[in-house]
Amino acid sequence: MVKEVERNRLQPHTTQNAPVEFHESRQELHDMLAQMILIRHFEDKVYEMYTRAKIGGYCHMNHGEEATIIGAIRPLRPQDWIISFYREHGHILARGTEPKYVMAELFGREDGVARGRGGSMHLFDASRRFLGGYGIVAGQMPLAIGVGYSTKYRDADEVTLLLTGDGAMANGASHETLNMIGIYHLPVITLIVNNLYGMGTTVERSAANPDLWKRGEMYNMWGTQVDGMDVMQVRRTMEEAMDRARHGQPSLIEAITYRYRGHSVADAARYRTPEEVQAWRGADPIERFYRQLLEAEVVTEQDRQEIERQVDATVQQAVDFADASPQPDPSGLFDYLYVNPPPTLNEPETPDA
Amino acid sequence: MPEMTYRQALHDALREEMQRDPNVFLLGEEIGIFGGSYKVTEGLIDEFGPQRVLETPISEGGIIGLATGASMTGLRPVAEIMTINFIVVGMDQLVNNAAKIPYMFGGEAKAPIVIRTPSGAGHQLASQHSQVLESWFAYVPGMYVIAPSTPADAKGLLKASIRDDNPILFVENVLLYNEKGEVPEGEHILPLGKADVKREGEDITLIAYSRAVHMALAAADALAEQGISAEVVDLRSLRPLDIETVVSSVRKTNHAIVLHEGWKRYGAGAEIAAEIQEHAFDDLDHPVERITGAEVPLPYATSLERAALPRVEDVVMRAAFILGRDKVGV
Repeated sequence: MVKEVERNRLQPHTTQNAPVEFHESRQELHDMLAQMILIRHFEDKVYEMYTRAKIGGYCHMNHGEEATIIGAIRPLRPQDWIISFYREHGHILARGTEPKYVMAELFGREDGVARGRGGSMHLFDASRRFLGGYGIVAGQMPLAIGVGYSTKYRDADEVTLLLTGDGAMANGASHETLNMIGIYHLPVITLIVNNLYGMGTTVERSAANPDLWKRGEMYNMWGTQVDGMDVMQVRRTMEEAMDRARHGQPSLIEAITYRYRGHSVADAARYRTPEEVQAWRGADPIERFYRQLLEAEVVTEQDRQEIERQVDATVQQAVDFADASPQPDPSGLFDYLYVNPPPTLNEPETPDA
Repeated sequence: MPEMTYRQALHDALREEMQRDPNVFLLGEEIGIFGGSYKVTEGLIDEFGPQRVLETPISEGGIIGLATGASMTGLRPVAEIMTINFIVVGMDQLVNNAAKIPYMFGGEAKAPIVIRTPSGAGHQLASQHSQVLESWFAYVPGMYVIAPSTPADAKGLLKASIRDDNPILFVENVLLYNEKGEVPEGEHILPLGKADVKREGEDITLIAYSRAVHMALAAADALAEQGISAEVVDLRSLRPLDIETVVSSVRKTNHAIVLHEGWKRYGAGAEIAAEIQEHAFDDLDHPVERITGAEVPLPYATSLERAALPRVEDVVMRAAFILGRDKVGV
């Protein structure tokens, strides 16, 4: 029996007509829209490729979360770091990694971002300081303490964006992480991508106080909640958090968003109603941002069509590239296990052979 | 060569590596003002300051995660987990993160961390503070597990571990910290994954690591009085495992006993015995035997604790029996 308060939380609370002030360049706003559309179409194609058995394993997708992703990642500078989790296709695309290398990883090919060793949950791009997707819920969080501490240790001008989900906030690692970030005053921004469900469990059923952002206060950091379906609100919040981080003040941001599809490709999401999903689709982050840009005369309908055309071409090229890339050769099974291992390591030779 | 304790050798290794490389830093519970639970880091916070000797809350997952994250960005963290019993709380970070990062990201990342922690039974510390869990970690591809028995090895292996690019569990032993031995002066670095013959012999090979090496050496002394020449192989590392040195010894002696603290089944001895029969089956005159701790949680009472731990007398008796020179009768 779903309680009234829980039902209320499962509805989108959007501020459709809030005035939007842009101070980004036209090009930047155009690119933000294009990247949101790229994530959407990329994930559509991933779903298709999964059903055609080109992609295996677990596969968690970002449909519906595009505003949260772009709003949070787009303001980062090249020297900033990202630690992410297993629903991270959109995160690495937002960071600028070429879609073809991401798709090749999902296909399990040698040209993938992790040379086919990681797959959907373990994307990585050292050159963009994207320090990986991790598959244990909340397990990625303690790594961010170290990345933030490293920044402080080297007295560098960097911030770390720690992405996590609402489900992870029920795990002890989230407490250890936020507490230590708070103790050491690290330049880490923790963004809870609250899509309302950890698998099929609502936040109300996994958090004694479901206002996750309120935990910021107990860790001596700025805590705030933002409409994760509004890319500019997320971006403004992120910009403030980055400014605070550079002054040694960590943040805990809870972005309320929604995943249109199930937990993974294999999840039919019977724990929620079609009406609920439809209500959220009605608050679609891409369409909202597009309307805002239209009204501000930043983009035109022709721009949108051109973006869609280019994105479709990019995604198709990514599939073609991935399909043409070879599977890793079995002779490379032990590659990358150790750095400079001694000869006694893997398959010991018979001593007198 | 100067003589010093195992504790001092570890302390010196940490200090020298911190002096050599500004990216080396320490972290852990009570390692600063308190000086470390076993006093290995005593005084280092005064010399290097609180940034390089980072005191942490009681958050083992946070400690190992912090170390791993920092190592991915170029630092060389050396974390202390107060005892190996507490590492279980942070095991996810070590097994699911540190040990996987180089491989699952296709060589795009590395996690050069050292996690120092004492293992083994102490003085009536009972069930939750007396465990020997290092073989769990030696089971994991992607990890190194190093376990020195002497002050010289402790120093040389810790320095090598800090310079190595792989995630390393560095296992100390609560009863060895006051153990004294000679340590070479100057730059003393040992290769990781190389066993050491601590005593040469002809009749039987005693294979051990960490504190059990000292028990094996004591057993070898006692056996010598019975005219039995025992060779003692100190593994020094559970992974990489230098099976070549073990097998070379067994080829010579044709008899082997594996000796370790901790439990028998699925323990390190099971792996060593299996490797010996794979590589030297025809050289064996007797099945490889294992002498280990009893398969119970460590009890508190001294009488029970003694009964649960392997004893030198057991080794002497079994070796004599195996060699058919058993005068006592079993």
